[in-house]
Amino acid sequence: MIAVIDYKAGNLTSVVKALRYLLGEERTAREVVVTQSPEVVRGADRIVLPGVGHFQATQLLENLGLDEAVRESIAKGAWFLGICVGLQWLFEGSTEADGTKGLGAFAGMCEHFPVLYMDVELKSPHVGWNSLEQIRPDSRLLRGVADGSFVYFTHSWRAPVVNATAAVTNYGGAFSAAVERENVMGVQFHPEKSADVGLRVLRNFLEL
Amino acid sequence: MLTKRIIACLDVRGGRVVKGVQFVDIVDAGDPAELARRHAAAGADEVVLLDITATHEGRGTLLETVRRAAAKLFVPFTVGGGVRTADDAAAVFNAGADKVSINSAAIARPQLIGEIGANFGAQAVIVAIDARRGAKLPEDAEVYVSGGREPTGLRVVEWAREAESRGAGEILLTSMDTDGMRDGFDCELTAAVSQAVQIPVIASGGAGSAAHFAEVFGRGKADAALAASIFHFGATSSRELKVQLALAGVSVRLPC
Repeated sequence: MIAVIDYKAGNLTSVVKALRYLLGEERTAREVVVTQSPEVVRGADRIVLPGVGHFQATQLLENLGLDEAVRESIAKGAWFLGICVGLQWLFEGSTEADGTKGLGAFAGMCEHFPVLYMDVELKSPHVGWNSLEQIRPDSRLLRGVADGSFVYFTHSWRAPVVNATAAVTNYGGAFSAAVERENVMGVQFHPEKSADVGLRVLRNFLEL
Repeated sequence: MLTKRIIACLDVRGGRVVKGVQFVDIVDAGDPAELARRHAAAGADEVVLLDITATHEGRGTLLETVRRAAAKLFVPFTVGGGVRTADDAAAVFNAGADKVSINSAAIARPQLIGEIGANFGAQAVIVAIDARRGAKLPEDAEVYVSGGREPTGLRVVEWAREAESRGAGEILLTSMDTDGMRDGFDCELTAAVSQAVQIPVIASGGAGSAAHFAEVFGRGKADAALAASIFHFGATSSRELKVQLALAGVSVRLPC
């Protein structure tokens, strides 16, 4: 069963729609559960945390006890995919919402894009199609995705490059476009909006 | 590298895609869901559906059309026309849109920009500006509403700045002077707006050739450009357009 966590993130509908497209109506009805329940999350073998919007929204995860449920499920080996703010939540936190803690699976804080980069004004948010670079050859999430493939981003905060970074994207310097350590994965881009490349990433996750 | 976006626009009236010349003379161009898919397959970076008569006829957006178009569309999808309240926006998002474009309603009540953003994020709110300047300077271009029917007395650059400060995620700037003429974008106006704000600016109105897109990305400093008729009637596809742009040195996403 795939638990898609509902914490009122804007792209929930689109993520479920993409899963439905890949699985077919019948398997979707059987296997995909949109939920706010820690119990459902504990019973899932795959967990998707969508997200677009403010990091503050992830506070609801702690309030509902979903952070603990996710932590336990990950420890038991459930596959986890965080999308956009969902990836950022895997880090320690974000300067976007000071009091709100992330899961802390990866070290570091998410920070706003710089206003100036190499003395040139940098527009923010980073909106549009940018390329995935330095894709780690052993990444299971990005299997079959070629270096330089374009995916769709929309965000103003970004996660640092860490050991678990599976691909970087350059905009005002390099940031983590994808992270992956064993069963814990995240993408800063929107696979549900990244045409064939994005569908490939989601299919990889479903086939783990 | 962040690429320049090519956005295919579907102007919809009565459930059909239409295309006007300077906002009036209308020609039928097909089924929105079918055309949306075709554009995405042909390499459009985004698809925008504008219900062009919604505001002035005073009815809601065609949610069913949105639902059908969104069902198999895996690129960003924006819907505009008839979104007057945060509830209208919520209905459009629930039908499958990723962003809404608001125009007249944002002028009437600028708080609407922040209200939609509070629930769905700033990235989901595009403020569309219809501009006319005739022979005047870009700084003196005026904002029009109700599908280009009514002047507001607002200056385009100032309104763009206010929209940004109220939490707009992007500006969709349409030049009514160049719209439908296929004679090139208003690069001066686009550059004036793009330099006045931090958020991305989508240029619209006047696309007729690949050279026009290269100009608006260069001289016009646009982050994205939108076109309708250049695609609908098979004059060119996003793929052909992008190959030509790449050859002209513009950074674009070339579809595989």
